[in-house]
Amino acid sequence: MDGNNEYFLTILHGTKLTLSVALGSLFVASVLGLLGAIAKLSRNKPLVWAAETYSTVVRGVPDLVSMLLIFYGGQIGVNALATMVGYDGNIDINPFIAGIFTIGFIYGAYLSETFRGAIMAIPKGQSEAGIAYGMGNFRVFRRIVFPQMVRFAIPGFTNTWLVMIKATALVSIIGLKDMMYLAKQASGITRSAFTYYLFAAAIYLVITTISLLLLRHLDRKFSSGVRRGEF
Amino acid sequence: MQFDVILEKDNLLLYINGLLTTLKLLGISLSIGLILSIPLAVLRVSSNKLVSGPVWLFTYVIRGTPMLVQVYLIYYALAQLEWIQERWNDVWPWVYFKEAVFCACLAFIINTTAYTVEMLAGAIRETSSGELEAARAMGMGKWMTMRRIVLPSALRRSLPAYSNEVIMMMQGTSLASVVPNVFDITGAASSVYSKYYLPFEAYITAGAIYLCLTFSLVYLFKLAERRFLAFLQPRKH
Repeated sequence: MDGNNEYFLTILHGTKLTLSVALGSLFVASVLGLLGAIAKLSRNKPLVWAAETYSTVVRGVPDLVSMLLIFYGGQIGVNALATMVGYDGNIDINPFIAGIFTIGFIYGAYLSETFRGAIMAIPKGQSEAGIAYGMGNFRVFRRIVFPQMVRFAIPGFTNTWLVMIKATALVSIIGLKDMMYLAKQASGITRSAFTYYLFAAAIYLVITTISLLLLRHLDRKFSSGVRRGEF
Repeated sequence: MQFDVILEKDNLLLYINGLLTTLKLLGISLSIGLILSIPLAVLRVSSNKLVSGPVWLFTYVIRGTPMLVQVYLIYYALAQLEWIQERWNDVWPWVYFKEAVFCACLAFIINTTAYTVEMLAGAIRETSSGELEAARAMGMGKWMTMRRIVLPSALRRSLPAYSNEVIMMMQGTSLASVVPNVFDITGAASSVYSKYYLPFEAYITAGAIYLCLTFSLVYLFKLAERRFLAFLQPRKH
């Protein structure tokens, strides 16, 4: 293999972008997922309906299609909106922000199902006790429901994160200079594609391995004090 | 919104051909993937580390890297090797690498095989030990137990998980559009977008087709479950 060290370093730098897109999207997805889960469990019919539509439609359409739609369509949409309010310049959407919001929007749909299951897994008596103590809805959620739902949500959350970190490779298609984009560029210049794609693949493997270990640790932490049945 | 552009004859034809390409890619990769993953899953549950180890490594690497990398590795790296390009005009297995569709398909087969192997291996491990004991008591050997008892039940029990894999794979085939000259549904949408600069119309149409496909697959699997998992359904009367 005839590699050039410079390109390896560049791709390694791309890891930073890949990770920031992934972590940024994880934040957006968690917020949307939590809101979606609360909406699905609420008594307000239109809210339930909206949340169900969100998760059904988003999960039924490929990530790539949603991403192209939001990225290219969002560009036109924002400009149309700007013209409507009387601004006549051209607004360019930052692909980094667009990438984070798109991936976050897609995976929020998956997380809303995970979180809904986790909230439902908590015995009803817990939040009833909270209400009996005079806590408001928000305080019950923050103090009682949330700390307990984390434990139930971790397995689904781990899966979603692992799928999501791999989905960030798609942002290279809308022009973000992440690992994939740089690997493609390097292999185009040097014509030794194998080296660079394998290198990028190895970095993804390292990231997923580390995430697995970290999340297993987190799982153990949030499950302390819980007795597990032995087989 | 100008959805009438989508309904023009040429563009409609583009989408219909795209749908056929997507279905073809999906059908080929799923069927070959399933055939490959059954023996691999049997090897994966072997107690001999030398047998299960390589299969574990394969699934670990494939499941730990993005499918986009796998598609790129096969199309831009493997198929561009001079060694293969010297042979792709006449020497048998390499002639296929000339076609972009084949490269995409190969990546999909490898990907779905890895996920299906792990799913099947999980189902095989969950076979209740009583069934295995009963088989042994009947005098069945290891292979006959696998063929008659374990596999038929494990394949049925993994049907719900397999429906997820099929839907994931169906959406995954949209990655074929990153390979030049492959026009699946997403590829059709992208060419309509670049021709008319109508992103909403082009991609919403594609999304709607995918959504219909997803719902059809969910429905088909529900029918299959009613047939093959009848013994696990909750009783109705």
